[in-house]
Amino acid sequence: MGLIDEAVGAFETEVDNLKLNVKDAVDQLGDDLAGSIYDTILTTKLGKVVGWAQKNALWPATFGLACCAIEMMAMANSRWDAARFGAEVFRASPRQADLMIVSGRVSQKMAPVLKQIYDQMPDPKWVIAMGACSSCGGIFNNYAIVQGVDRVVPVDVYVPGCPPGPEALIYGVIKLQEKILSEAGTQEARKRVA
Amino acid sequence: MSDSNNKEIIEKVKAEFGDSVLEDHNFRNDQTVTVKKETLREVCKFLRDTPGISMKFLMDITAVDYHKKKPVRFEVVYHFYSLEFNSRFRLKVPVGEKECEIDSIHDLWKASNWYEREIWDLYGVKFLGHPDLRRILMYEGFKGHPLRKDYPINKRQPMIGPLN
Ligand code: SF4
Repeated sequence: MGLIDEAVGAFETEVDNLKLNVKDAVDQLGDDLAGSIYDTILTTKLGKVVGWAQKNALWPATFGLACCAIEMMAMANSRWDAARFGAEVFRASPRQADLMIVSGRVSQKMAPVLKQIYDQMPDPKWVIAMGACSSCGGIFNNYAIVQGVDRVVPVDVYVPGCPPGPEALIYGVIKLQEKILSEAGTQEARKRVA
Repeated sequence: MSDSNNKEIIEKVKAEFGDSVLEDHNFRNDQTVTVKKETLREVCKFLRDTPGISMKFLMDITAVDYHKKKPVRFEVVYHFYSLEFNSRFRLKVPVGEKECEIDSIHDLWKASNWYEREIWDLYGVKFLGHPDLRRILMYEGFKGHPLRKDYPINKRQPMIGPLN
């Protein structure tokens, strides 16, 4: 046994130690990485994500028909702040809107106009019937007023009241959001864009 | 404002058109005269152009349906206002159901054009000589006149919609 053998022995021990350390380090790294991957990646269905995005960016068409429209405008202002729910961007063009708030009574003469605006909105689209008048004709059971706007366009949410306050309308918007989310990824949601 | 001429309008109209004045009343200076419809245009001209009356402003025309309440079914009601004297005057003209027409005054007051169309639309009283007697509130193709008392209360004439 000379000096050389001693040196080789020491060297091998050192290498073994190093290998063990690296193995530990690599194992450690693996655990860390795996944890961070689980923390940052979320698996879901595409339809759910799309629905989630849609529900948080409902753009109503600018479409005030009667007294209820005042409350609808109030909903968008800073006091009630529909921006919290992503529904404050009233679009002047139906092409850019996906929510129609029928705010007020619809006369027989207005019904074709309402239908046309609805038809011009791109899919998917939703309708809120705001107030007693647009839900069922309200106090105006007469020759001039459409007895409920659901006779002309399909309605998703009815908001009762005469007029419903801005908070009631916001509640209606939240209900619609719930509907969109629960529909997301299902056959119903697919039908809307078909 | 002066109300100097107030109580006199009825007297003046009566003096001018004695025979054709059917009725008049004055309740707290709310002066009303009912005249025969043949003299409507003359009475209107008289009210507008006579100094001291000077009803230059036609405020409103409307109609009433006295279905089964009066022998002559309709009454067309004119409201005038005198800017000069700050006084008002009401003129009523009975119109029977059968002929159901009355002279237009669109050339005396331009404002009467749409009022007359509205009355034609909702009551079906024709205005002879009106330049453009179309419906103004209801749509083309609407049948009947909805403010007549015998228009069925539940009758609907939707433009579109499957369920109406
Ligand atoms: S529900 Fe009431 S407030 Fe709304 S449009 Fe009808 S009458 Fe007006």
